[in-house]
Amino acid sequence: MLLSPGMENLALLAQIAVKSSTAVLLAAYGEIITERSGVLNLGLEGMLLIGALAGFATGAATGDAATALGAAALAGAAAAFIHAFFAVSLGADQVLSGLSLSLLGAGLTGVLGRDLLGAPGLVLGAVPVPVLAHIPVLGQAVFTQPVLTYLALLLAPLLWWVLAHTRTGLLVRACGENASAAYATGVPIGLVRYACTCFGGALAGLGGAFLSLSYTPGWREGMSAGQGWIAIAMVLFATWRPLRALLGGLLFGALTAAQFSFQTESAQWLPVWVLRAAPYLLTIAVLVLVQSNARLRRYSGPPANLGRFFRRES
Amino acid sequence: MMGLRFVLRPRHTSAPVRAAVSLFFALALAGLLGSLVFALAGASPAAAWRAMAEGALGSGYSLGEVLLKTAPLTLTGLAVALCCRLNLWNVGAEGQFVCGALAACFVGLFVSPGLPPFWGLPAALIAGAVGGAAWAFLPGLLKARLGVSEILTTLLLNYVAALFMEHLYYGPWRDPEGMGFPGTVELPQNVWLPMLFPADWGTRAHWGLPLALLLAVGLWLLLERTRWGFRARVLGQSPKAAAYAGFRAARITITALCLSGALAGLAGAGELLGVQHRIQDGLASGFGFAGIIVAFLARLNLLAVPFAAWFLGAILVGADQLQTDLRLPGAVVLALEAALLFGALLGEFLAANRVQIIGRTTKRFEQRHESCDENSGEDNHVA
Repeated sequence: MLLSPGMENLALLAQIAVKSSTAVLLAAYGEIITERSGVLNLGLEGMLLIGALAGFATGAATGDAATALGAAALAGAAAAFIHAFFAVSLGADQVLSGLSLSLLGAGLTGVLGRDLLGAPGLVLGAVPVPVLAHIPVLGQAVFTQPVLTYLALLLAPLLWWVLAHTRTGLLVRACGENASAAYATGVPIGLVRYACTCFGGALAGLGGAFLSLSYTPGWREGMSAGQGWIAIAMVLFATWRPLRALLGGLLFGALTAAQFSFQTESAQWLPVWVLRAAPYLLTIAVLVLVQSNARLRRYSGPPANLGRFFRRES
Repeated sequence: MMGLRFVLRPRHTSAPVRAAVSLFFALALAGLLGSLVFALAGASPAAAWRAMAEGALGSGYSLGEVLLKTAPLTLTGLAVALCCRLNLWNVGAEGQFVCGALAACFVGLFVSPGLPPFWGLPAALIAGAVGGAAWAFLPGLLKARLGVSEILTTLLLNYVAALFMEHLYYGPWRDPEGMGFPGTVELPQNVWLPMLFPADWGTRAHWGLPLALLLAVGLWLLLERTRWGFRARVLGQSPKAAAYAGFRAARITITALCLSGALAGLAGAGELLGVQHRIQDGLASGFGFAGIIVAFLARLNLLAVPFAAWFLGAILVGADQLQTDLRLPGAVVLALEAALLFGALLGEFLAANRVQIIGRTTKRFEQRHESCDENSGEDNHVA
């Protein structure tokens, strides 16, 4: 099908927008599940890096996509387990533990990834969905993407359904809203929180693997460039709901794409540094918006027991 | 059902003992994790620690280098510790550091030539403090008025500050005769912080260090001995009590964050005026984040901050030696910092709780024991 140049441009931008949102989306979903169970994990930035390196290294060594993604998810989950141990078992300060995890991720990947800098590796490119990829504009924007982007798009409704309509989701929410009551009815609080934290880590690990295998293939030190922090802000923006996170993530992607198009058109009226700072500034603007809107805040506040250590009475 | 159980009992000991226990376990775990990182990096841990000790303490020059790092670390440590005492998180010391350096640089480059020579340095230092405070003002305002998480706003602003600085030294402030190196021209000598020791000692330590120590004492006095400090501590420990007493929480929050930003900004100004003398790549090398580690190694005790800063400074200088001697990557510092933070967390936990491992054989004993100290407070079981 032939499209006018304008439409072609639009389709390309939309494709970049959807693609750019993937890592932030996966990390944000993971954090939503973690936080809904009552654990605050600020280590996303570190887990993204750990996933990125694990995915890239395994991909380069085995050449197998499934193994690489599995390794990334496993590495992310293992990193999250450290945080879970400190937060759930020791009752340590969760902010501090999460920050340590971010530092650990940056440091450890910097040390271990030294020999992989600039090395060639596995690339997971776009896999067009058979029939749907031929739809004008939408086909290129949504249905011509890497596998992990499809995962990021599909997980939103799936996680919403699990959280809202299944027994598992109820258990998770119970741990986050009122751990004492949940414990009284026999919910193993520690187990649920460990599982949710590790699940969050696995998703962040996959987000990292997307960065090093699909988005900008290759390993670079600190390649997550703050996307983990943006994902945490996205959780607040989404008021702990997966479907709203999808919306927020796509918005973030659109911004990134806009940046590309501005840079190529070299808009002189807006300095480049402002554009590069835009995602961070807009995230702050969104936080302000959510906080200042009483309706938004009231019926979508944080889980009541978020970040609170649960001590079993004997 | 389980063969082993861990039982936690609260430890009832005096504060100094607790601090000592905490510090001991913090350093022990950090040492263990650090060795693991070295082994992963392909170096022998023993050789690595030896190289670090030698690099940090082995010569007069290296001792001076440690003092050189102690100054900014003390200031950013104070910045983080002050906020934590109010239950606020300033994770943005890095950005405030950058803004302080930018403001001081602005004064040094464009304002000080019009001032009497003596006033250049004080003006630049004050500008640094104001710059840092200004960068922390917005997070403070948003937190106080709207309850926006200061963790996220301070952190996100770090990236903005770094991009802005890059823009300035690549663009409008770039030295046209810089031979292609991005950076500003060197600041006039009258705004430099003077050296602390005679030049032939070979150290680079400057007057920022005594200034930082003075500020540590001053801040301690402010927090522990003044009415504002009392209100701030009450607000940190119990916002409800503060509200009941009629303290203006919003104003205290904003003031504290601005004060914290001013300290970090001063650290940036000191690094610019005392060491780098120009804004260029690598000006902010993680001093802001390191402040978090300093604050928690000092267990939020403002008078202990300089000591923790010296210790971390020694680790940073020692890690430089690792890069040159053992060819380890620079990121090893971040891993060591994480090890210290995790160590501090574990130390804090072990200082507050005794852990008993209970197998089946000791079950009887445990029950008897439990009935003995029934009124000793709650026991906590962890599976």
